[in-house]
Amino acid sequence: MDLRYTDSELAFREELRAWLREVLPSVPPEPHRNDWEGRRAWDTGWQRMLFDAGYAGINWPKEFGGRGATPTEHLIFLEETERMRAPYVGMNFVGLLHAGPTLIAEATDEQKAYHLPGILKGEHVWCQGFSEPGAGSDLASLRCRAFRDGDDYVISGSKIWTSFGHTADYCEMLVRTDPDAPKHKGITWLILPMKAAGIDIRPLRTMEGSTEFCEVYFDEVRVPVKNRVGDENDGWRVTMVTLAFERGTAFVSEMLQSMELVRDLTDLAKKVTRHGSTAWEDAGLRRDLAHLSGELDALWALTKRNISEAQRKGLVGAGGNVFKVAYTDLRQKLGDISMRLLDRASLSLDDMSGLPTGKHVKGRIHALSIGIAAGTSQVQKNIVSERVLGLPKDR
Amino acid sequence: MDFWPTDDQLALQEGVRSFCQGRFPFDTLHEIEAANGRIERSAWKDIADMGVFSLRNDGFGVSDAALVFEELGRALVPGPLVATYLAATHLSEAGAASGDTIVGLSEVAEPVTVIEHADDLDVLLLLDSSGLRRMAPDALPTDKVERPVEPLTPLRVAHAVTAGGELVLSGDAARALRLEGTLLTAAMQVGVAFASIDLAVEYAKGREQFGRPIGQFQAVKHMCADMLTRAEVARSAMYAAAVNLEGKGEDDAEHTVRVAKMLAGDAAIFCGKTGIQVHGGMGFTWEVNAQRYWKRATVLDTHFGNSDDHADAIAAAM
Repeated sequence: MDLRYTDSELAFREELRAWLREVLPSVPPEPHRNDWEGRRAWDTGWQRMLFDAGYAGINWPKEFGGRGATPTEHLIFLEETERMRAPYVGMNFVGLLHAGPTLIAEATDEQKAYHLPGILKGEHVWCQGFSEPGAGSDLASLRCRAFRDGDDYVISGSKIWTSFGHTADYCEMLVRTDPDAPKHKGITWLILPMKAAGIDIRPLRTMEGSTEFCEVYFDEVRVPVKNRVGDENDGWRVTMVTLAFERGTAFVSEMLQSMELVRDLTDLAKKVTRHGSTAWEDAGLRRDLAHLSGELDALWALTKRNISEAQRKGLVGAGGNVFKVAYTDLRQKLGDISMRLLDRASLSLDDMSGLPTGKHVKGRIHALSIGIAAGTSQVQKNIVSERVLGLPKDR
Repeated sequence: MDFWPTDDQLALQEGVRSFCQGRFPFDTLHEIEAANGRIERSAWKDIADMGVFSLRNDGFGVSDAALVFEELGRALVPGPLVATYLAATHLSEAGAASGDTIVGLSEVAEPVTVIEHADDLDVLLLLDSSGLRRMAPDALPTDKVERPVEPLTPLRVAHAVTAGGELVLSGDAARALRLEGTLLTAAMQVGVAFASIDLAVEYAKGREQFGRPIGQFQAVKHMCADMLTRAEVARSAMYAAAVNLEGKGEDDAEHTVRVAKMLAGDAAIFCGKTGIQVHGGMGFTWEVNAQRYWKRATVLDTHFGNSDDHADAIAAAM
């Protein structure tokens, strides 16, 4: 075991830092969070800069236009871009990290030739049409229907939690093509152009105040059969293929943000006073914050273990599942500690009285979503206990 | 960066695991318990012959030692393993590496100073802020503790800690010994946590209630998943500490060791406790081994500073 970076990893980091120092000053200021046209231009503009410099699709294989970086180089890329405050993957998320890898594994040459460069260059934004009002944790029970009509599929139904649905060009769409088959066997994976007629997109407002999520309604929307990826009724398997692309890097940027929050909160605790002394002199709060800081270091070590395992074996084992359960718990504890510290300053989303409090308040709210998105903590625990520990399924 | 045990390390760990399974099965532990935790010299010699106390002299690194002690913890091997290893490694104590000398180590502590396995020791090391003192085991006036919480770890309690013995390590050298001892204790705690999980999961697969294995109930599943989560996080911290202590990392070794001990201690106690809960009423019996993990976790938490001590030290550096 060795936690030091190799010479070639250090060289990669240096080259990346030099490039970031050169280009970041030319990146325009970040648009307002709900300015969707502005955000699209900002996110895709950054993606184009990455593409031109050879960093687009950092973890994609070279033969499909990616950089073919190792999991450790991917970690370094995420570390450096986060530390130097480069734009985040933003609305290129689904294309780069979900739809793209699925297309690489399962699409026809013609589909790949058109769509992969579009994602890498930031020309196409993708969204995800998986969850439905009646199909959340039980995704395979989805009911959005697609009938075959000549050379088209005709889609009717609805989807929910479709991030960036209102700005996306394409949707990776799961539809029910055989309602009589067992639930996992009647699903098909389609490339849906979001400009198709019959699509109604309604933004949902989250408790953070963001309108990133959408509900999407489909009223006899026609999609050509040639937009199908994989066989008809084989969409569940196609979807699961993407999971094999995870290399343990999914939460690296999040983790770095959490480390910064802990450092900032410590500084803040040494400044704000409570009952005549600084909050830091409260032994209970200090101990809790130190414990949490240690847990965060441990999760950073777990991330490196997962990445190293992926580098050795090609995929992440048990550590990937336990990571999210532990990280959710940690972020929510961090949020609650910040509230104890800030007391009434925890009541505003903006900084109060010149103290940098807003980010902690927003972070505390954001933490509530982490235990829900991409599989609730409860679903994660089922997976851990069944697939890792071998406990029997409740079926 | 390659933060995954090498094939050689996995083989070393596997070798120690099968040695422990063969030499210290539960039947043997129960016999030792019935003999009030007394150490059998031949068993100690077998541990030494496995190379446990001479790892560093034989060219193995700190992270190799951590993997070995994880297995010793998993198997609940009794005796002053860390102390004898430290004496062989940091003091070149005669006979420690070969298993002829059993060395104990006790920290001068509040509210009481206790000495583990006192009746079997050849040498006693006493650690306090001034350094490490070496003395005869009977140099301190002590009373036998009649009912130790963990019968596999018999105790004597010191009346008062008097000056005495020979100061053998101080300053950085004493600090280095303390750090490695803390790490290896954390490694044993990680082993205890995982063993507790294995036992609970095995029980949850076989025990039926309401017409099905209790492991099918999410309430039980989630307890097991919580145990694994804590244990894997603690193991990650412990491996990171081992690698940093070995000089193959980029973080402050002392900080990483403190994090490891804090989280491994919490994980061992949590997994011990939850393992008992998964077993239901049987978990509270003497017969079922779930309780033995909880008891060892309790003993180990008091070695080289408990979780709160380390959290406070981490806070002081923040």
